[in-house]
Amino acid sequence: MDAVVVVAQVAGAGGAEKFINALSSGLALGAIYAILALGFVIIFKATQVVNFAHGALAAVGAYFTVYFATVLNVPGRFLEFLPYTAQWILSAALAVLATAVVGMIVERITIRPMIGEPLFAVAMITLGLDLIIRTVTNDFMGNQARGLNDPWGADIVEIGLLRVAKTQIVTMIVAVVAMLLLAWFFRSRMGIAMRATAFDQEAAMAQGISVGKVFAVAWAIGAALAAIGGIFSSMAPRASAGLTPFTALIVFRAFPAVIVGGLDSVTGAIVGGLLIGMAEVFAGTYLATVSWLGVGFSGIVPWLFMMLILLVKPYGLFGTEEIRRV
Amino acid sequence: MLEVANLEVVYNDVVLVLRGLSLEVRDGQIVALLGANGAGKTTTLRAITGLLDIHEGDITKGSVTLAGERIDGKDPSDIVRMGIAQVMEGRRVFAEMTVDENLRTGAVTNNDAASVKGAYERVMEMFPVLAKRRKDQAGFLSGGEQQMLAIGRALMAAPKLLILDEPSLGLAPLLVQQIRDIIVDINKQGTSVLLIEQNANMALSIADFGYIMEVGKVVMDGDPQKLLSDEDVQEFYLGLHGEGERKSFREVKHYKRRKRWLS
Repeated sequence: MDAVVVVAQVAGAGGAEKFINALSSGLALGAIYAILALGFVIIFKATQVVNFAHGALAAVGAYFTVYFATVLNVPGRFLEFLPYTAQWILSAALAVLATAVVGMIVERITIRPMIGEPLFAVAMITLGLDLIIRTVTNDFMGNQARGLNDPWGADIVEIGLLRVAKTQIVTMIVAVVAMLLLAWFFRSRMGIAMRATAFDQEAAMAQGISVGKVFAVAWAIGAALAAIGGIFSSMAPRASAGLTPFTALIVFRAFPAVIVGGLDSVTGAIVGGLLIGMAEVFAGTYLATVSWLGVGFSGIVPWLFMMLILLVKPYGLFGTEEIRRV
Repeated sequence: MLEVANLEVVYNDVVLVLRGLSLEVRDGQIVALLGANGAGKTTTLRAITGLLDIHEGDITKGSVTLAGERIDGKDPSDIVRMGIAQVMEGRRVFAEMTVDENLRTGAVTNNDAASVKGAYERVMEMFPVLAKRRKDQAGFLSGGEQQMLAIGRALMAAPKLLILDEPSLGLAPLLVQQIRDIIVDINKQGTSVLLIEQNANMALSIADFGYIMEVGKVVMDGDPQKLLSDEDVQEFYLGLHGEGERKSFREVKHYKRRKRWLS
């Protein structure tokens, strides 16, 4: 970070402004990555499944939002007395719920029968699921971009030097709320059951914890978080046009966040997400003028960052280190 | 209350581990199930509590009934709900979670907040060590404390029958005594106990009835006093010579004595 401050000072006039704005949009992008990474980590921790269909679930969430908010207008059509913002938020919440249900169905049909089978096979199944879900969604959605009609649009708030998009503020608020809810969840009865299952599945079963239920809940939460991430990544300023068939690919950009944090750490997912988001935005802000790096260098910064971290900490920043006697 | 009849268990469709095992635990009893390594003690526990599935094991013959109701083939969580709790071999506490959280996992099947609270208070009273370390991570407890936590966790389900798998394993003699007293205590408060042990002395000293199993079936059963005085039990489980002296290895002649298992 120090280095970045130095760069900011070197940039001279407008340097502070540039820096603050990069910081805020880095945090907002990081919040999206953190939410996506969290969903991924929760599914991995509870079920040991690497869910390659996470991006597809994110797209499904955004698509449901498009459908509920702009096509069907539910639940807004029954609640016309509410302001549009509230109506839209309810549609988005409904979309998140619907995606959670999709996640549970996917788990029940494709993952549950595979309990006890090699994890590699299960990971391949999720890869296939990713293609299937994306194809089906694209079929409904068509190839053109679909706007989410969110009430904030491209509005910008100016606070002193800081110019920040309203959607970014909303992203950060939602991320914080989601994390607080998760923190609460992990102390609830179901959450404790999930942590117990993640730690020792057989011992958890011996206590009477229903592992199937834990798996279903983990997939529901994971899918809901994917949906939230998908919704915010189809909004301005990330994607001014809205949801496109490429939305699902955002998760591939959140993947370094998961790895940096350490595949099985909830804290790691949050820290990793924020770090990767910042790295990407700062690279975009300060390295765009370095001509020999070429255009779009910021896109690979997350991956470079991930490789650097892995060189020093092979299990990520917060991952459980495998202890092996030699 | 618990009746296991002619149980046959096969792992991976080929390995026959239980070969017609039968045993019974009556209401309010402590029953000891003794046996050497590989006799099938833990498999018996898995068959009763429904944990065979994840080990690729199947009950191919026989039945397990609790108070007249068949429980073989039921889900582990249903079996816990019906009143059978277990303390697994090797303690298996959730090391990353606190003592309190560990205890709460034991109560997942119980929807009645008041009875969970009651069970929690009972556990705290029974194990003052745990009460002192409620907020500590379970992984930092000593072996004896972890064993107590494992027992406390099982008691949180307010079971009618508690099955303990080798609770004395790896504990110092003084702690073994303490665990033994705890088991007696639990039994006095109205829980039947099935005690699976290798430590025959400890188990038979508190049991109302004992079973000795070898290669998948019960070879001898009866009153603990009778078992303790049996020549074969003394030699093979208590390490004593026929007359109660220490055995001299010079005199070991395997072909001379064979186990007869006349009961």
